[in-house]
Amino acid sequence: MAGREAKGERVRLICRVLDGEGIPVSDAMIEIWQADSQGKFNHPADPGSECADRACRGFGRLATNEDGTCVFDTVKPGRVPGNGSTLQAPHLSISVFARGILKRLATRIYFAGDPANDEDPILALVPSERRPTLMVRADPHNPGNWKFDVCLSGKDETVFFDV
Amino acid sequence: MPRVVPYRRPDPESQPASLYPPYRATAARAPRRPLIVLPHTLSEVTGPVYGDEDISDTDRDLTRQHAGEPLGERIIVRGRVLDDGCRPVPHTLIEIWQANAAGRYSHKKDTHPAPLDPNFTGAGRTLTDADGNYEFVTIKPGAYPWENHDKSWRPAHIHFSLFGNAFATRLITQMYFPGDPLLAFDPIFQAIPQERARQRLVSKFDLESTKSDWALGFRFDLVLRGPEAVPFEG
Repeated sequence: MAGREAKGERVRLICRVLDGEGIPVSDAMIEIWQADSQGKFNHPADPGSECADRACRGFGRLATNEDGTCVFDTVKPGRVPGNGSTLQAPHLSISVFARGILKRLATRIYFAGDPANDEDPILALVPSERRPTLMVRADPHNPGNWKFDVCLSGKDETVFFDV
Repeated sequence: MPRVVPYRRPDPESQPASLYPPYRATAARAPRRPLIVLPHTLSEVTGPVYGDEDISDTDRDLTRQHAGEPLGERIIVRGRVLDDGCRPVPHTLIEIWQANAAGRYSHKKDTHPAPLDPNFTGAGRTLTDADGNYEFVTIKPGAYPWENHDKSWRPAHIHFSLFGNAFATRLITQMYFPGDPLLAFDPIFQAIPQERARQRLVSKFDLESTKSDWALGFRFDLVLRGPEAVPFEG
């Protein structure tokens, strides 16, 4: 998703997909779309794309393994402008596809503990008790590793967006 | 502030709900809570950009990816990618995948006892041209059984994956063939509430692209969400 030359803080995202019974989904495909470390997209709709980091393509796609897991190596995205005068917290846009998912499920990954989360206009639309489902958490034993579970349904159902 | 032009939202009746009990696998995999409407920001109106360098000649001809020719009925699938304002979507990536003529995927998880074809992988991709046109050459896929209900057979279909210009326009769908009697019994096809929308997934026999002594033609146009006509100051 981001070459070795890409600027910014390296992060390893360990994503796992679980079904409503907590069983790992081993036939899912996850796609990620994100800004570079400065919050710029390599895309003409971004007025800042001229100075986007060419080494950060921003797109990744992986199939989950038997444990329902896949691992993306990337950089932490910067803050992207929101609508109006807002500034979004660092986040990645996620699509989940699998057998039994008739229409792609879209969600976002935010970084737990990032103070910018409090100012994020999209998180503000999510009931506070469900916001934790959108947080990727640092693995205390492995610096740079972050873990995110997508729960398709059930008690800890991830917040999904109508994009 | 960036000027963000949001994309239009589709008619809900034209889209499948997540939970459709006749399609059994949706039971454990469909979210039960309502989706939260996400106002489009730069993150949703941007997306991966592909260029000609990402595509090779044999990517769009699935009959020329191996030493020999695959078995089955050779077909040309041609169409156009438009947005819902009838504007062509140029230079956008289309990926397809499908079973072989016997109804078997070249995939380790497919255990259907139909023969694999060493000359057919069943995956292709292309970019639309400046007017949104695309064309694939492939083999008509076979129907295959699946574990859903008694005598459940999927109608012949080709999976289509499109990016469009943005995260918001990402689409994965299936193309079917005209006159297939299995469509009436297929819970994946029937999960779409609106008959008119279902028919948009059925390709049309196309005499124009049919080639004498070589291949039958089918036409399949795809419509992605378009940007709202009037930009607003984001």
